[in-house]
Amino acid sequence: MNIFSATRAIAAREWRAYFESPLAFVFLIAYLLLAGIFTFTFGGFFERGDASLAAFFNWMPWLFLFLVPAVGMRLWSEEHRLGTIELLLTMPIAPWQAILGKFLASWAFLILAIALSFPMVLTVNWLGSPDNGTILAGYVGCALVAGTYLSIASLASACTRNQVIAFIFSIMICLLLNLLGFPPILDLVGRWIGTEGIEVMAGFSVLSHFDGFQKGVLDSRDVIYFVSISVFSLFATGVVLRGHRAG
Amino acid sequence: MIKIQHLSKSFKGKLAVDDLSLEVGQGEVLGFLGPNGAGKSTTMRMITGFIPPTGGSISVCGFDVLKDPISAKRKIGYLPESAPSYQDMTVLSFLRFAADIRGLAGVARQDAVDRVIELCQLQNVLRQTIDTLSKGFRQRTCLAQSLIHDPEVLILDEPTDGLDPNQKHDMRQLIREMGRTKSIIISTHVLEEVEAVCNRAVIISQGRIVAQGTPDEFKSRSKTGRIDDYFREVTGAERQTSEQLGA
Repeated sequence: MNIFSATRAIAAREWRAYFESPLAFVFLIAYLLLAGIFTFTFGGFFERGDASLAAFFNWMPWLFLFLVPAVGMRLWSEEHRLGTIELLLTMPIAPWQAILGKFLASWAFLILAIALSFPMVLTVNWLGSPDNGTILAGYVGCALVAGTYLSIASLASACTRNQVIAFIFSIMICLLLNLLGFPPILDLVGRWIGTEGIEVMAGFSVLSHFDGFQKGVLDSRDVIYFVSISVFSLFATGVVLRGHRAG
Repeated sequence: MIKIQHLSKSFKGKLAVDDLSLEVGQGEVLGFLGPNGAGKSTTMRMITGFIPPTGGSISVCGFDVLKDPISAKRKIGYLPESAPSYQDMTVLSFLRFAADIRGLAGVARQDAVDRVIELCQLQNVLRQTIDTLSKGFRQRTCLAQSLIHDPEVLILDEPTDGLDPNQKHDMRQLIREMGRTKSIIISTHVLEEVEAVCNRAVIISQGRIVAQGTPDEFKSRSKTGRIDDYFREVTGAERQTSEQLGA
């Protein structure tokens, strides 16, 4: 019982922290604005002549690349900077409860941002008759990609008290995970490593695992991919925090 | 209540705390004295379970801090050195968070919050965010957090640092009162404070206990009858020898 109440208390504080500062509103507006611009201009929403949100989902892993580290960079850096980590970790809780509580609150915040793109769904339903099952799968995929990037940002944030370093560090790792499955890159290295090599490489990529969700396919392998990266990164966050304290 | 045996801590090969042993019983206020960098804060961080020791053992109310950290931490209230707190939170929500994370709920939670507000005289700043408070109020807010679960053991790292004379007086009175029923360790470099609140004191220099006794004993050991002189005598001794060697 106490296990969950402490995790909930930490998550609730983290959640409120977003809305006690302008961060939440700045982020939500930036996300929705950028998502709109990408969908309607670069994504060619109308030119596609297709009642789907493919134009929207296509861009999400690239947009999250920058926006999710912006949310996640403060998770632990801020605690280090304010010294509140000393309060948090001398409370009668296990460190994983704090790590999980903070992660869940930030993930919930990202899911809220993603959900606020619902006018897109209404629009496409008004213009035509899309497959809403596919759209739902796309949203599930978005939430998983955001969670995966967030766990990486959590790890980067635990490594340094400098938020800018945490931000850049997590962008680099997320970018790498994207590029491993980015078609132009795959074409380029395909000449040397062959089709089998490409398949292995793409198997580590966020893009190729997100692909199924965009097509409306919920494959357990894709879910396992995202969950295992997240669990690993959060676990590593705990190891890094323990290492810091050991000195 | 607090039992420390052969405690040591080294950071990158440099010994910060060196074979330190001491005990604090119920109803005792122990003063931790020593020059800057003597290892006071490091020792307190080890007692509260924030950093792991390199060697030795600590038990709090019979619970080993290393083997059963959660049970030990339940018994401890901790005021870290710079009195850290979440800057964007109001005093009230910060105290409620402290109560939540310690598993207090319902009426018990409300009573605990009311009690520490009264004790630390925070009535007039409850709705203010912590970053707008003066140093004295921040100190008291963080102290209130450490008292929320009415702990048997209190670890206060420089509780009167940065307070004005009136606030210092109030803080000392509060510590004296609580010292009747709890076990308290306070660190300070203000020597008059030792006389004002402590039953007993230890002087630490370079990670080792160089003197211990009651404030009166310290005075009688000094040639001039003043604690300051005794403090200089025991902590400056090594520096003098090295100077003599150099000369």
